[in-house]
Amino acid sequence: MKMKKILAMAASTILCGAMFAGCGETSGSSNKADTTDAPKATSADTAKTDDKKSDGLIKVGIINNDPNESGYRTANVNDLKATFTKENGFDASFTYSLKNEEQINAAQKFIQDEVDYLLLSAADTAGWDSVLKDAQAAGVRVILFDRTIDADESLYEASIVSDMDKEGEKAVDWLKSQDLKAYDIIHLQGVMGSAAQKGRSGALDKTAKELGWNIVTQQTAEWNAEKAQQIVQSAIDANKKFNVIYAENDDMAMGAVAALDRANISHGVDKDVVVIGFDCNKWALEELKKGNWNYDGQCNPFQSSYIKDIIDKLERGETLPEKTIIMDEKGFDAKTITDADVEQYGI
Amino acid sequence: MSSKVKTAEKTSFLSAIIRKQIFIPIAALIILAVFNFIVDPSFFKITLGHNNDGNPIFSGNLISIIDYGSELAILAIGMTLVTASSRGQDISVGAAIAISGSVILRVLCGTNSRPETLQAPIIVAFLVSCLVAMAFGAFNGALVSVFKIQPMVATLILFTAGRSIAAWINNNELPVVNDKTFLSFGTVFPGIPVQTPVFIAIVCFIVIWLVMKFTNLRLYVQSVGINEKTSRLNGLNPALIKFITYVILGLCVAVVGFIKVARIGTINYSVVAKDIEMDAILAVALGGNSLGGGKFNITASVLGAYVIQFLTTTLYKLQVQSDALPAYKAVVVIVLVILSAPIVREKIAAVFRKLRTPEKAGSNT
Repeated sequence: MKMKKILAMAASTILCGAMFAGCGETSGSSNKADTTDAPKATSADTAKTDDKKSDGLIKVGIINNDPNESGYRTANVNDLKATFTKENGFDASFTYSLKNEEQINAAQKFIQDEVDYLLLSAADTAGWDSVLKDAQAAGVRVILFDRTIDADESLYEASIVSDMDKEGEKAVDWLKSQDLKAYDIIHLQGVMGSAAQKGRSGALDKTAKELGWNIVTQQTAEWNAEKAQQIVQSAIDANKKFNVIYAENDDMAMGAVAALDRANISHGVDKDVVVIGFDCNKWALEELKKGNWNYDGQCNPFQSSYIKDIIDKLERGETLPEKTIIMDEKGFDAKTITDADVEQYGI
Repeated sequence: MSSKVKTAEKTSFLSAIIRKQIFIPIAALIILAVFNFIVDPSFFKITLGHNNDGNPIFSGNLISIIDYGSELAILAIGMTLVTASSRGQDISVGAAIAISGSVILRVLCGTNSRPETLQAPIIVAFLVSCLVAMAFGAFNGALVSVFKIQPMVATLILFTAGRSIAAWINNNELPVVNDKTFLSFGTVFPGIPVQTPVFIAIVCFIVIWLVMKFTNLRLYVQSVGINEKTSRLNGLNPALIKFITYVILGLCVAVVGFIKVARIGTINYSVVAKDIEMDAILAVALGGNSLGGGKFNITASVLGAYVIQFLTTTLYKLQVQSDALPAYKAVVVIVLVILSAPIVREKIAAVFRKLRTPEKAGSNT
């Protein structure tokens, strides 16, 4: 009995150990995703590069959300990392957090480290005034990307924002251009109230009303493939006629397609049902390339070229024509997508 | 039971049924079925069609319910045992499903996220994911049984970290499996028109039924749940029993993860099986089991799981407005839970007794 107890203890200790070791590696492999490491990591980075300042490297501090949050964020982080390299003349430090106060702490840290630029994708819109004033006083120039904040415009140099409405409009315009004989649409919504859902639903609702498109089913599948599958299955079971699936992300489009496959309904280019997804995951673009889907829209995560452009302009002493820069959103048609597109824009 | 209740049982058959634990989920199923029949009788239509590969497949709302309800039903088995033994619930099952699904993808795909052929046999992938899920179950179990941490707090660790671990297992990539045999586990095998997850669920029920019949697990779990000290005095090891229930739940999680991956060939770590832990706990509650541990009835929990799926399918069928969906679900759940509360059932039983007994009971009292 005692032996057993000792064994049990030992086993559980090893398990605990394994868990924590696992956690440690997680944060390591995802590049300081764990924000508790971040300040340490940044100070190490800056210590390493202090002597290189004379090389003319531009020091940037980048505050972003957790790369594990979504495929979009992972792509966004990788894009920034690929652009702000030593080869391109930057000395970049990264911190990641989904919590506003941790981001603010990181910003203060960057200001103390005397970075030249502070790039910020804020977790929350509020609470940034004082730290941005500190930045201004210290001569640190702030560029917002991806998300805006509630602060006076004078506190930052530029703001690069995604246009969720435009992204939906682009997809709906594409759908309009297909000139289908009838539009009977199954509309799979994301989590209600999220920015992406509002933009993507708004565009479809508006056009459907204007042109008299018939929305057969409008349901939220909460970004979830399996819920989408059930919703489409339920429409099929109820013998509803439909020829368009407008899914607000790739996962839901995939779930919908699984339901179509079960019911022997053809989908894709020149088939019975038009499938529209969003986000441009790499696997989704591959489906597009195969002609199983028709269209995939994207909220552009590749913001680094815009940011670099701004920094270059500021370094040359030019003034920016406008503070708010709205990114061009992308969308791919199965008929025109190329392998290069899949490689370059797939996230 | 007092003698008074016993006589009541004799006099009123109805009140006896109401007292049965399994009554609530069955009644809920009947109410939902009747409701759907009134609204639209075609709800129950089942058709035999073919899928894109030309294999026969049944479809219809009822089929959807038993098909999509499989995962929750399997989880309800493990959750009932955990609830009964440790007087608390495991809230990490959703995250653990993400992990086990991720492990399956990892083993099947290797490092290549778009494999042409599978890198390992399906059975190997499944067994590895079973081991991993049981290890995580053992981790939770150890925290609860050895370190005496409250179950909800102990499982909060995995609840928080699980989905990140799942993403880490595949280097944050989303492998996609296109193998026909593997996908058959999520849809149908050629020639068998009923969805495979239904069979998987049935196998799980048979296995747990055999375990309950031929081992003392039921007795041990109940006695540990009712009174830990007394069961220790009677020679049981409460920590071990609790630990075992968590490992069994881990096994259930692995099976569910397998079904989830097989349904569409991949999973999204951040949303797969989202909030399923709450549905599993609800299934246990709807089954009339006390969330405070002790006596339990797995069949009732499983039926509870199908009630939840029935409700979901009904709401999809009725096309309730997206933003109102959770509200409708909440209302139904509140009604069911209140009805299943012992006090309310006692009251209802009493009403039935009064209705039935005036003429008969006159001589009794």
